[in-house]
Amino acid sequence: MNRRGAVVAVLLVACALVPFVVHSQYVLQVTDTALIYAIVVIGLGILLGFTGQMSLAQAAFFGMGAYASAIASTTLGWSPWISIPFGALFAAAIGAAVGYPCLRLSGHYLALATIGFGIIVQLVFINARSLTNGPDGINSIPPPHLGSLALDTYQTYFYVAYGALLISVYIAWRVKHSRIGRAFEAIRENEIAAQAMGINATHYKVLAFVLASAFGGLAGGLIAHMTRFISPDSYSFDQSVIFLVMLVIGGSATITGAVTGAILLTFLPEFLRPLKDSYIMIYGAAVVLMVIFMPEGIVGLVRRLIPSYQAPPAAPMHATNSIADSA
Amino acid sequence: MATPILELRGLIKTFGGVKAVNALDMTVNDGEIHALIGPNGSGKTTTLNVISGIYRANEGSVKFRGDEISQLPAHTIAQRGITRTFQNIRLFPRLTVLDNVLIGRHTRLRTNFWMTLAPNPITALEEDTARRNAHDLLAFVGLADRAQVRASSLAYGDQRRLEIARALAAEPALLLLDEPAAGMNPTETDALVKLLYQVRDRGVTLLLIEHDMNLVMAISDRITVLNFGTHIAEGAAAEVSQNPDVITAYLGGPLDAGFAQTR
Repeated sequence: MNRRGAVVAVLLVACALVPFVVHSQYVLQVTDTALIYAIVVIGLGILLGFTGQMSLAQAAFFGMGAYASAIASTTLGWSPWISIPFGALFAAAIGAAVGYPCLRLSGHYLALATIGFGIIVQLVFINARSLTNGPDGINSIPPPHLGSLALDTYQTYFYVAYGALLISVYIAWRVKHSRIGRAFEAIRENEIAAQAMGINATHYKVLAFVLASAFGGLAGGLIAHMTRFISPDSYSFDQSVIFLVMLVIGGSATITGAVTGAILLTFLPEFLRPLKDSYIMIYGAAVVLMVIFMPEGIVGLVRRLIPSYQAPPAAPMHATNSIADSA
Repeated sequence: MATPILELRGLIKTFGGVKAVNALDMTVNDGEIHALIGPNGSGKTTTLNVISGIYRANEGSVKFRGDEISQLPAHTIAQRGITRTFQNIRLFPRLTVLDNVLIGRHTRLRTNFWMTLAPNPITALEEDTARRNAHDLLAFVGLADRAQVRASSLAYGDQRRLEIARALAAEPALLLLDEPAAGMNPTETDALVKLLYQVRDRGVTLLLIEHDMNLVMAISDRITVLNFGTHIAEGAAAEVSQNPDVITAYLGGPLDAGFAQTR
């Protein structure tokens, strides 16, 4: 393991100690939420950042995972350890069914189609009362257990969220630095050239959409079993926009950017809460300023400021990692 | 005896009411350097786009090694062994030069989504081979020392050469080149000619569109001349340059044969 690997390992262990250091239930709740949102945003990053396809339906897949897993854990009585992955699979299956027709569209049309789809999904959550309990939502969702220990505190649930995030980062990283990730990026960079190089653009766009849906669905199951209560208003169009903002602020083409953006923008509104009514205004202004002064996101800014990140000029992480891969 | 690798018969491609390609016949033989020339707007690029599957033909047939390919999507045609470069360069600008070539090799790799999830010997081996192959190709086109720079930061002529390396990474049987010398100075053009000969010597058949007549006459084994979407002449360079129809198409009227010979 090189020096960079050692630094990453130390950081990962340090992060795992957070529940021992932080005792505020409130801060831990926000932390757990931030980790789960990071999974949603990594998924969106695969679709928008890697593949260049816009979706404003990410909250809908987040919601589908939440509902599918919550119904499985309550009505069907499944173990949350089964229901949460089931939520991810369910969202992925819907993603495949919707992705195929939607991804024939591009640009603004694709964005509009996904907005429409997201609104339909939220309406289903509200109106399919027999399944979703309508606007009242689903409560008494059981926590996951480890042996006889219920993971029903923010301290213990931290490790569920953190573990899931690490798995998500690993999968996204493996995919990015592979033939599949290169195909995604080729489509983003120039779709016609990608096709002329033998890349089946429809296939890979649907794959990216399915992965985005699966990550969204996984996070949905995690949030449902953390808050133990879900209702339709958490899965609105607004929430999709927030996920998009997290990705863009963090830096859309990198996994680090997705995670950074999600964590920062989950905490930012909490920091601004003492400002009461004016907080939304400050939040909005902060987002606008970040977009103007950091067009490549926080990760892009860091790369510009830290010289060792500058050479080689293109996608430094990618280049070094891929050489390490082949060695 | 020359065997055809690519045969177009009665090819028609219309845009609205405009017949960009109109009943075109063309035969490209295995192992040759074949040029497709004609005045601006005569349908050359459209023809290349139909062959490579970017456009779908309205009528007619395109046979590659005897198989009908005119209705196949672009990515399938690339898998079958036809790759190309573009007149208006279409690299993957924000990716490295190396990644551009690696993407060119996409069709020769087998790793699927599930295989990416865990390190495995098949992926490791094919990535290793792909990287070695990509570095070899970059050396072949003279970009060995630029592997890690962004494709968009290359000089114009280098970008054209990178497109050739990327197209060769798929190990095509037929390489389509749309104005490979456009924007190159005479030194770069000379280097390009050498490169194209070397590509041909690797066993790749070349079909190129080119406006630089010196280059066309120098390297082409055979030439097809297009005008108004249909072919007006096909044959060896010397025959074609003396064809009265060709002279009319290029110069707008009949001229004495002596002029044609000086061209």
